[in-house]
Formats: sequence, C-alpha cells, structure tokens
Amino acid sequence: MAFQSSKILALAVSGLALALASCSGGGADGAAKGDGVAVGVLQSLTGTMAISEITVKNAEMLAIDEINAAGGVLGKKITALVEDGASDPSTFAQKASKLIEDGGVATVFGGWTSASRKAMLPVFERTGNLLWYPVQFEGNECSPNIMYSGAQPNQQALPALEWAVKQGYKSYFLVGSDYVYPRTANLILKKHIEKGGMAVAGEAYVPLGGTDFSGVIAKIQSAKPAIVINTLNGDSNVAFFKQMQAAGLSPKTLPVMSFSIGEQEAQAMGAALVEGSYATWNYFQSLALPDNARFIEAYRKKFGADAAITDPMVHGYLNVWAWKAAAEKAGGFDPEAVRKAAAALGGFDTPMGKVSFAPNQSLVQKAYVGKLKGDGQFEIIADSGADIAPEPYDPLAFPGKTCKL
Amino acid sequence: MDSLLFLTQLFNGVSVASLYLLAALGLALSFGLMRVINMAHGEMLMLGGYLAYLTLIVVPGPLAILIAIPVAFAGAALMGGVVQTALISRLAQRPLDTLLATWGVSLILQQAARDIFGAIGVEVRAPDWLGGGMAVGGVNLPSTRLFIIAVTIAVLAGIALLLKRSRIGLLVRAVNQDRMMAGAVGIDVRRVDLMVFCLGSGIAGLAGVVLALLGPVTPNVGQSYIIPAFLVVVMGGLGSLVGTTVAALILGLFSALAQIFVDVSMAQVLLLLFVILFLQARPQGVIAIRSRALDA
Amino acid sequence: MPDAAIAIPPRATERRLPGARLRRFVPWALLALAIAAPFLLSAYNLNLLARFMAMAILALGLVLIWGHGGILSLGQGVFFGLGGYAIAMHMKLADLPAGELPDFMVWSGRESLPFWWQPFASPAFTLAAILIVPALVAALFAWAVFHRRVGGTYFALITQALALAFATLLTSRQDVTGGFNGLTDFYSVFGFGLSRPAVAKGLYWVTLAILCLAFIGLRLLLASRFGMLLRAVRDGENRARFLGYSPTPFKVVAFAIAGLLAGVAGALFTLHAGVVAPALVGVVPSIEMVVWVAIGGRYSLAGAILGALAVNLARDGISSAMPELWLYLIGALFILVVTLLPNGLAGFARARFGGEGRA
Repeated sequence: MAFQSSKILALAVSGLALALASCSGGGADGAAKGDGVAVGVLQSLTGTMAISEITVKNAEMLAIDEINAAGGVLGKKITALVEDGASDPSTFAQKASKLIEDGGVATVFGGWTSASRKAMLPVFERTGNLLWYPVQFEGNECSPNIMYSGAQPNQQALPALEWAVKQGYKSYFLVGSDYVYPRTANLILKKHIEKGGMAVAGEAYVPLGGTDFSGVIAKIQSAKPAIVINTLNGDSNVAFFKQMQAAGLSPKTLPVMSFSIGEQEAQAMGAALVEGSYATWNYFQSLALPDNARFIEAYRKKFGADAAITDPMVHGYLNVWAWKAAAEKAGGFDPEAVRKAAAALGGFDTPMGKVSFAPNQSLVQKAYVGKLKGDGQFEIIADSGADIAPEPYDPLAFPGKTCKL
Repeated sequence: MDSLLFLTQLFNGVSVASLYLLAALGLALSFGLMRVINMAHGEMLMLGGYLAYLTLIVVPGPLAILIAIPVAFAGAALMGGVVQTALISRLAQRPLDTLLATWGVSLILQQAARDIFGAIGVEVRAPDWLGGGMAVGGVNLPSTRLFIIAVTIAVLAGIALLLKRSRIGLLVRAVNQDRMMAGAVGIDVRRVDLMVFCLGSGIAGLAGVVLALLGPVTPNVGQSYIIPAFLVVVMGGLGSLVGTTVAALILGLFSALAQIFVDVSMAQVLLLLFVILFLQARPQGVIAIRSRALDA
Repeated sequence: MPDAAIAIPPRATERRLPGARLRRFVPWALLALAIAAPFLLSAYNLNLLARFMAMAILALGLVLIWGHGGILSLGQGVFFGLGGYAIAMHMKLADLPAGELPDFMVWSGRESLPFWWQPFASPAFTLAAILIVPALVAALFAWAVFHRRVGGTYFALITQALALAFATLLTSRQDVTGGFNGLTDFYSVFGFGLSRPAVAKGLYWVTLAILCLAFIGLRLLLASRFGMLLRAVRDGENRARFLGYSPTPFKVVAFAIAGLLAGVAGALFTLHAGVVAPALVGVVPSIEMVVWVAIGGRYSLAGAILGALAVNLARDGISSAMPELWLYLIGALFILVVTLLPNGLAGFARARFGGEGRA
C-alpha cells in the first residue's frame, strides 16, 4: 500500500505544481505598467447573485470602455481584470487578493451583498487598496479603503418611511429575507416608527430563496397593517407577491413598499404581479435627465435593446467615472491619494444627476419614491427634495457611533 | 392564541403538505422499488415549471394551465426516462453512487435552464379563475391553494388505482415485494423500473406546474422543495403510498403550526429535529413493511 | 460490496516494475517541495494552497467514513463550520477593546455578549472546542441515527437536511452568529498579526504538518483492527453482527473522527480565508466536499488529498475564465467518475500505472 499511495501522491503534487505554475503565470499586469493601468472588476458571474451582478459588471465595463475611447486616465488606457465572485463571500475575498497581489490592480470595482463586502474589507485594509462598492446597504461600516456609493439607510429606508408617514400610514408590517440588510434596516425603521408614535404590526423573516409565505401572510392578515415594508430578496419576491395575490391581498388593497425591487426584478417577475406597489431608490430608469437618456442608450446599444436599467448599475457606472476624476485630481493612482481626492471632488454629473462624495466616502444623493406601472417602469411620485448627506450610523438606533476615518 | 391564525395555519399546513407530497411522491415510488434516490428530482419540478411557461405562450387562454399539466407530465416523464436509462439503470445496486451521479445531472440541468431561459426566471401567471377564494368560518381559503389540494388528491387517487387495479400495478407490486422472484417468473424488471421512474418524474413535472402558481420559475426552484421532499421519503417508510401521504401531512402541519410560534428559519430547524426524533421512535418510518429479509 | 478488494490492492507485482525504487523517493521529494512552498510561491498562491490543504484534511475524514465505512455524509460542512466558527469567535473577541461588543452584535441591536461566547476569549478553551465540539456533535448525531439502524441512503438524506438546518440557523440568528455575512475582519490569532507574511508562512506550515499528521494517523488506523472491522461492517453489517460485533460503535467512532478532522479543517480554513459564513457550510459546499473525494478516489487517502487540491485549483482557474463552463464540467466529471471510475483518479492511476492489469 505504501507504494500505491506514494505514486498517487506523486501524481497529486505534480498536478498541483503544474496548476500553480499556470496560476502564477497569468495576470502580471501591474498598475505601474507603462502604457496602461489595470483595475479589477469583481462581481458574481455565477451563482444566485449572478443575475443582478452581471448587469453591474456590464455597466462598469461600459464606463471603462467609454473612458478608454475618450483617451483613458492620465493618458493611460484602462485594462479591466474581470473576476468571478461566484456569489460566495470567501471567493470574493480570495479573488480580491488575487487581483491586488497577483494582478497589481490600482483599484477594484465590485461587490453586491454585504457578505461579499465584509469578506473583502480585510483584504483591502491589509493591502491598502481601494474598493468601489455600488449597492445600497445597512450602514454601520466606514472603512477608509472602501468608497460606498450605494444608499446608506438614511438615503433609502428612512426617506421611504417619511413618505409613508406623509401618506398617513400608521401601522407597519416588516417582511424581509433572513440576512443582514433587512434585519438591520428594519431595526432602524422600528426605532423611527416607534419614535413617531406609530405601530409595528409585525415583523417576519424568510430564509434567502424561501418560497413558502403561507405563514407570513397569515400573520399579515391577522395583524392588519396599513402598509407592508418589503426587504425580500430575489426569487422570494415572486413567491411573496403571488401568494399575497392568491390570499386576496394585491398591492392595490394593501400597499407594499419594497427596497430590493428595481426595474430588472419587476421585468422578471412580470410587472402585472407587482403593479401598483412602491419602491424607493436613488435612481429610476424613468428619471428625465439628459445624462440618463445618454447612459440608457449607450448601455442598450451594447447589451440589448430591452435591457432594464437599475440603481446599482448606475452606481457601478458612476464609480468608475468618479475614480477617473479622482485619479486625475490626485495626479496618480495611489489608492490613498485617490480616495482623498474623491472625497474632495465636489459635485460631478452622472445619469442620476449631480452627486458628490462626502468626507466619510459615501455618496451625497437624492432619494425617489416610485410607483410601479404595468410596463415594468416606475412612475416617480415623490422625491426627497434636497440631497441627503450619508449617515453610516443612524443616530437613533446606534447612538454615539460615528464614522472615524 | 389567536384562534383565527391557528385555523388559517391548519389550512396552510394541509396546503404545504400537498406541495411536499407532490414533490415527494415520485421519489418515494422509485425509492420503494429500486432503493435509489434521484437528486435531480427537483429539476423535474423545474422542468415542469418551464414547460408550463412554454405552454402558456403557445396556447394562451384561461384553461391553458389545464393543458400545461399533461404537457409537463409527459415532458418530465421523458426526461426521467432518459436519466433512468442512461444513468441509473447502469448503477444498479449502488444506491449511494446513484445519489451522487444524479447530483451531477441536477447541476447540469440547472445550468442548462440558465443558459436557455436565463438566470432570472420566467413568468407563469395563475389564470383569473384561480384568483379569488372562499371564506369558511372567517378563514380565507385561496382558490389556488384549494386547486393544488384537489390536484394532489386526484394524483393520489390515480396512482392508488393504477397500483391496485391495473396490470402495470400488479407488476410493480410484484417487483416491489421480491425483485429476484419477479425476475425469475419472467417479469421484465428493468421495464417496470423504467415505467415507475417515468411515472415518478412525470408527477414531479406536474407538481412543477402547480408550484408555479404560488412561486417563481427559476433554474434553481427545484432546490427549495427537494430537501423537505427527502424528509418526507425518509419519514414515510419504504415506498408506501399511505406512509408517504401521512408523512407529508405530518411535516406540512408541523411546519405550518410551528410558524405560529417561531419564524420560518427556526421552523425548518425544528422540522429536522422532529424527523430525527421521530426516527428514534419509528426507524422504519410511518408505515413499516414487515419482511423477513435481513438486508432490506 | 465488491470494492473491498480494491481498497487494499495486492502489492506483489509492484516490485518488478522498473523505476519502483525511484518512486520510493517521490513522496519525500514532494514533502520537501511542500515544505519549501512558502519560498517558491507568491503570497496569494501560498494562501490558496494553504486553504486547499485545509480542505484536504476534511477530505481525509471522508475516506474513512465513506470509502472504508460505507457512510455517505452530505453534511460534513456542519462540522467544518463548527470548527471554523469556534476559531472565528475567538478572533472576534481577541481583537476587541475591553467592554465593547463585536461589530455585528451592535448593528443587530444586541446589548451584551451571550454567555456561550464568553469562554471563547480563552485560547485554550477555543483550541479544546475546535477539537471536541465537532467530534462530539458528530458522535451524538451518528449515534442517534445509527443506533436505530437507520443508514445508507436515509443517512445521506438526513445529513443533507442537517447541513440545511445548520446553515439556516446560522443565518437567522444574526445577533449571535453574524448571520449571512458570517464572521470576518480578523486581525490576529493567539497574538500573531494575520497580515504579517511570516505569520502566513507559519500558518501554512502548521496546516501542512496537521495534514501530514492526519494522513499518517488515518493510515495507521485503517491498517489497524479497527479499520478492518469498519470495512467488515461496511461490507456486511449483519455478518459483523452475527460475529459478535455491534456495528454502531464502529460507525459512531469513525464518524466522530471524520467530524474532528472536518472541525480542524474548518478552523484552519477560516484562518487562511479570513472569513467563515453559512455559505461555506451549507448543502452545496457539503456535497462539493464529497465531489473532491469521489474524483480523487474514495478508498485512497492520497487520492482524497489529490481530489481536494485538484478540484479546487481547477475551479479557481476555470470558473474565472469560463464561469458557465465550470458547472457543466464539474457535473459531467462527477457523473463520469462515479459511473465509470468509482475508485476515482487514485483507482485509475493504480490501474494505469500500477501494472496490475485491472481496470
């Protein structure tokens, strides 16, 4: 048996050596390479999150192509190293260090779930690199090595609540997928609902991807709320709305405000199912702005004439442009200098209007409330008016916490 | 406790049980006969869902869903036949390897669905005549759920009739009782295997159609139903129709009633603990087949 | 099962092969290469190799229970996770300023540390927990199922449900487990800063040493009377029973050892990956663990190491370049290996290069 094992072991390790050799052979394009600059694009191209993240990857690649077509950054063409996070946080961390340590990228655009961002954060802090994160999240984080362009809770959840209060809704039922964003967003919402003297009629969570809502709907029926705040993710939304409808609760009889249903999700679910429900985002495809029209046209030209455009895509797109502007302001690609320059950029034009980065490296932006129409587009029915400064730590829910950079 | 909530959950329990049962029946049939578990069974549900989607495109109209049911049954049965012939029949007497090989099939089918229909899922709308509901004693019973319960009962009755009354049923029962002896008296055992496997897959395809009324149709929809279905099979006992039905009812009711007190996640955990405890009391499942054979 | 003979193949023909003497030196050369790896590989590739070696430790446990015990577990992720979370909890507490709570507890609205977190502040307790908790949970679970003579396919299905329940529980108790995000953002372990290159190298050598130790230990165990009886139970449970051996203790002990190895693997993996999360311990990763061993060879310890390293390396390479292809490839490879090469690559290598003429 000893001989047998040794032979197999020999096979094993020679295979391993080969594989490692081929691994280390690739991607040695450094940021410092004469005629170009390498950046990482790290989204899930496979797994449950791929459906959403591929569109963000597309938007990021579009921005890179546009910048290259216009002459690049500081006279250098951008080379994008694309990696697959595979919807798995540890893979995100692994690929982030691959991009930075083996690929030598100047910065990385990517991430979607909080889990992926949390897993990548130590990698960026250890290597001193910079991540541009494009999705709305639960706040409570503030790293010098991440630029957060997606909404903080006070830029999406709280404006939605303010709108609901204005409509006169007094009793709220919170439904969410069982993960970090819904639970933390709801924690913040609950504090604000109670402070406003209103009632939380109930709160229910369903495992990610869960499709049985019979119990949750029974609880909603027995609690009789005025409005449902929905933070469900992905496929669960389809099951939720179908089973609500089967139980005789359509968005017309019981209003639903969602934080994770955008144009793409509405299109996939069949807009008829969710018609009349509400959503709050910092961007809707229906925003009537010239920059937006231009962006939509460019994206559709490249990725399909009926592609839906969503909030995270625009954030991914503007991240790349913001990085370019910051690098030019800083006069180089050093992440430390770039992030400081980004926070001092002032307002810049994007498909969602003029935005800027605050000193805490999150985006100053407006919030819009949309009502879903039968064609899968949102009719914008309210907005926050002024730009909202990002607050990573909600003062009511997490008193005494501040962002220290 | 809120008695209305309790009654509603009682009904929901039966509704969930009927979904579990439809998802598990095919597994239980072929497990009873061949002692193999098809990990790609969930993908037969998925296939049913997509066939419903296609049917609804080809024949629009309020009754399309009734046409989709036989279409999905036939499509999934065909796919099941291919899997059985090409793979499972070659792995006879290696039940654990069958489990693993069919997991590979499940991966491939999911990715194929992703490539053909897109990762995002497709829309299957319940027809309007399933829109309403009826109220019994204050409890709202949605028509969709009543429809699914009715379909389940019809399927159960159909299979019971088939097994009890038809010639095919006779052969199946013979192979079930003693595979070697059945082979020895001239029954084509492999053909019986194939027929049962096709039937089981067909039921899963049919289940996929009715599931689409309440849930999404996506490449990985099968995965959300397959583990409860496995638990039903484990708890039901070897290939017994009655045992499987009772197990589905127990698990459906347990899950629904647990949700009155705990959230959905915790209900899932309790469900598994319940099954393990149940096996302490009845390791052979709800219905134990008495046999003198040593290695069942 | 007829496979028993393959598990311990005849060695007589071996010596006649040319180069057999040379082959004796191969494992030592490889070991030397593995020891020298920190000086040969980039930091990223070394980290990758270290992770995969941690996974290989778990794979060794699967050879014991699946190859030699006939017990198919689709829930090894649970024990992997128990070990991983134990070390992660310690690291979360170790880096904490006095009187503060881990970050995720704060944003989940928790105000005090749960009592069962507190002992993990102690390194000694944590190490003990990594060794004891997964093994103990594995033993209790296996006993509960096996003593009622539930086995085979049933056992596989129940372990899969266990993996689902474990991942669901971790996800839903966000305030004490970190939820879907899991636990991450570690700075030091037992006083060593994780970002220092020297520490990364040290941890790699620790992982290599433990892998070697597990390999040698299991080889001795499989060659011992226990290993023989375990195979006897696998091949005929009732036969063993008639000969006066109760099968349950053998299966429970084997399962507990596999649980122990999975727990140690999980702890090491967490150190290298810097994160442990429900997505790493649920249903799909648990099946993938079986895939490594199926491809490498379920009866062969060396084959399992090969499988774990090769599959993970291939995934790292292929899934980046062609993400869609990866799932087809791994699915098809798995079907082919299980149907045509039930002894995996190790069995194939034996048949092809071993000169025994059996395929």
